[in-house]
Amino acid sequence: MNTQNAPALKLENVTKIYKTGAIGVTAIQSVNLTIPRSKFTMLVGPSGSGKTTLLNLIGCIDTPTSGAVWIDGVDASKMKERHLTDLRARKIGFIFQNFNLIPVLSALENVEFGLARKALSSAKRRRAAEESLEAVGLQDRRSQRPNQLSGGEKQRVAIARALVKQPSLVLADEPTANLDTHTGAAVVDLMRKMQEEIQTTFVFSTHDTHLIERADELVSIRDGMLVENSDASPEGMLA
Amino acid sequence: MMGLRVAFRSVFRNGRRSTMTMLTVAVGGIAILLIGALISHIMLDFQTSIVRRSGHLTIYKAGYFDFGSGNPAIYGIDDYKKTIQMISDDPVLSRMVSVVTPIQLFFGIAGNEQADTSKTIFGQGVVPSERGRMRRWNDYGVSPLDPRDRPLPDDEVDVGIIGRGLAKILGMCADLQLPDCPEHPADASHAPPNPDVSALPERDFSNLTAQADAQDAVKPDALHQGFPRLDILSATASGAPNVVNFYVHHAEGQGIKDYDDSFVIMNLKLAQNLVYGRGAHGATGIVLQLTHTNQLDAARDRLISLFKQNKLDLEVHDYRELTPLYRQVEGFFGFLFSFVALIIGIVALFTIINTMTMNVMERTTEIGAMRALGATRESVRRQFVYEGALLGVFGATLGIALAMLIVFAINHSGMTWTPPTAAGRIPLQLYLLGNLKMLVGVWLGLVALAAIASLAPANRAAKMPIIDALRHV
Repeated sequence: MNTQNAPALKLENVTKIYKTGAIGVTAIQSVNLTIPRSKFTMLVGPSGSGKTTLLNLIGCIDTPTSGAVWIDGVDASKMKERHLTDLRARKIGFIFQNFNLIPVLSALENVEFGLARKALSSAKRRRAAEESLEAVGLQDRRSQRPNQLSGGEKQRVAIARALVKQPSLVLADEPTANLDTHTGAAVVDLMRKMQEEIQTTFVFSTHDTHLIERADELVSIRDGMLVENSDASPEGMLA
Repeated sequence: MMGLRVAFRSVFRNGRRSTMTMLTVAVGGIAILLIGALISHIMLDFQTSIVRRSGHLTIYKAGYFDFGSGNPAIYGIDDYKKTIQMISDDPVLSRMVSVVTPIQLFFGIAGNEQADTSKTIFGQGVVPSERGRMRRWNDYGVSPLDPRDRPLPDDEVDVGIIGRGLAKILGMCADLQLPDCPEHPADASHAPPNPDVSALPERDFSNLTAQADAQDAVKPDALHQGFPRLDILSATASGAPNVVNFYVHHAEGQGIKDYDDSFVIMNLKLAQNLVYGRGAHGATGIVLQLTHTNQLDAARDRLISLFKQNKLDLEVHDYRELTPLYRQVEGFFGFLFSFVALIIGIVALFTIINTMTMNVMERTTEIGAMRALGATRESVRRQFVYEGALLGVFGATLGIALAMLIVFAINHSGMTWTPPTAAGRIPLQLYLLGNLKMLVGVWLGLVALAAIASLAPANRAAKMPIIDALRHV
């Protein structure tokens, strides 16, 4: 497959079953999904619908029980652990619900951590991290440790960390869940703005109906399966 | 670098736990270093006492080491003065050797006519002034000179020293004014005659003592300053009996009872008269005392090379070969040190494993996030090994610093003790600062132990499934 023309993300008949003793729980069932490049795609669904599991499979931090996950035209489901790590380091940026910043590093160092696998000089790495932090408006908070930052600031640092390596795909798992409405909206606006600037593909999950209007694409999930958007109202998507 | 930075700062994240772990490592280090310093002190004091008495190296006629001690006279070095000159003139050896001196060993019987006592003895003839120089050797500074040490005069050929035990046996306590020395029981020296010996034909040795007395008569009495006299009987190289008069300058404790009960030191010339009579005088051995013990191998190699060059039928032995007890004590203390270090190491090992396991558990989500962001398993493993090793670095460094303070305090406290290998009390001087090998070894050992202890928790962290780690609460 020509990776230049390939979609940013393609899922083929992906199923994920978690085994709990003799019982299997199907978290994702036969999902087929194609996400075009440079789109701001929102994955919506109620709690327990399988949003996080789907993002984990897309982000190659979990493996499907069956089916294939294509990232930039490459079948990640057949890759070995070492290559998956490399793929994540080069092509995928993560923004977590709980921020997951490294507590012993400053804001700037946390952003630098996103470049740890890039073959850059320390000066270039530092410069790139500073630019990324500046882009999210936190240049004045560069020396602060995560415990000295507010929730919104932490998530902005996480966004800077995800984007600093210029990934082809950014995954955000309910990035506004731990933020108040106003801050959450600001964070989504920031992600949207940066996505437009660097023209990367964003997939982010939420159950916040107020954020839906900001998406280019909407993907609705319920009980581990994608659903047709027959009811385009926010309430319908989350029902 | 990022991994090392995270590891360094993570050490201080849970301050109390890390402090306790570092203290465990530090206390372990202190214990190992103090035991090591005490053992070093004992061994260096032992080595010093041997080197003061017998030097570092002794040259003998080939075959003496295996067969000569039965009859030192036969295995004498005839041209010992020439050999000593050769050593003194050699540019390599002269830089290393502080004393080179001949010795004459002999076996015999010492008799105290006044108390009617006698005892088999072994003795050593020495050059008194050179013996005095040898007894001042103190390369490590752990063994102070004995203030009771009384030098022998070179010019009084027939005065010497005997062991305190020998003085007791020969009933010379009062004459030598020895404290804590019981008087000789009179009846023990008048045991009934052995019938087997009585049956032997009588031989008259009075002529021998008469000859010795005649030699003595030509010397002014003032020269002997009232020293008590012994008659020393020995066999010459040709097997004939020979007697010399010997004046006891003083008695010295020798540390080992058998040695103390039999040992005599006399002037080399008198010992040579005893062993060689009127014949040409040789010497049993040539003793070399070096400036530093670490020159021993180089000095021995040079000697062997000189013997070959000059076709000399000589052999050389070091103080360890000549004093097997030294090796035994060294081996015992080496085993004791290793055993204690092992026990302490096991305690430190489990403490570090526990700490690192807790660290990994508490940071499970963080590990998951790092892995999701592209950190390799190897980099996660490395980060936790760095963290464990850093605990070792801080703990070992703290341990060394505290051990130095404790050693300084002990060494300046004025405490004295009697080491297992010494004859009397000496100041307790733990030997730590000069023992760089041990300091570096203990530091590296503790750091390596800490790194090894963190391998298992680090491996667990590295192998953690990302998805499980991120879900960890």
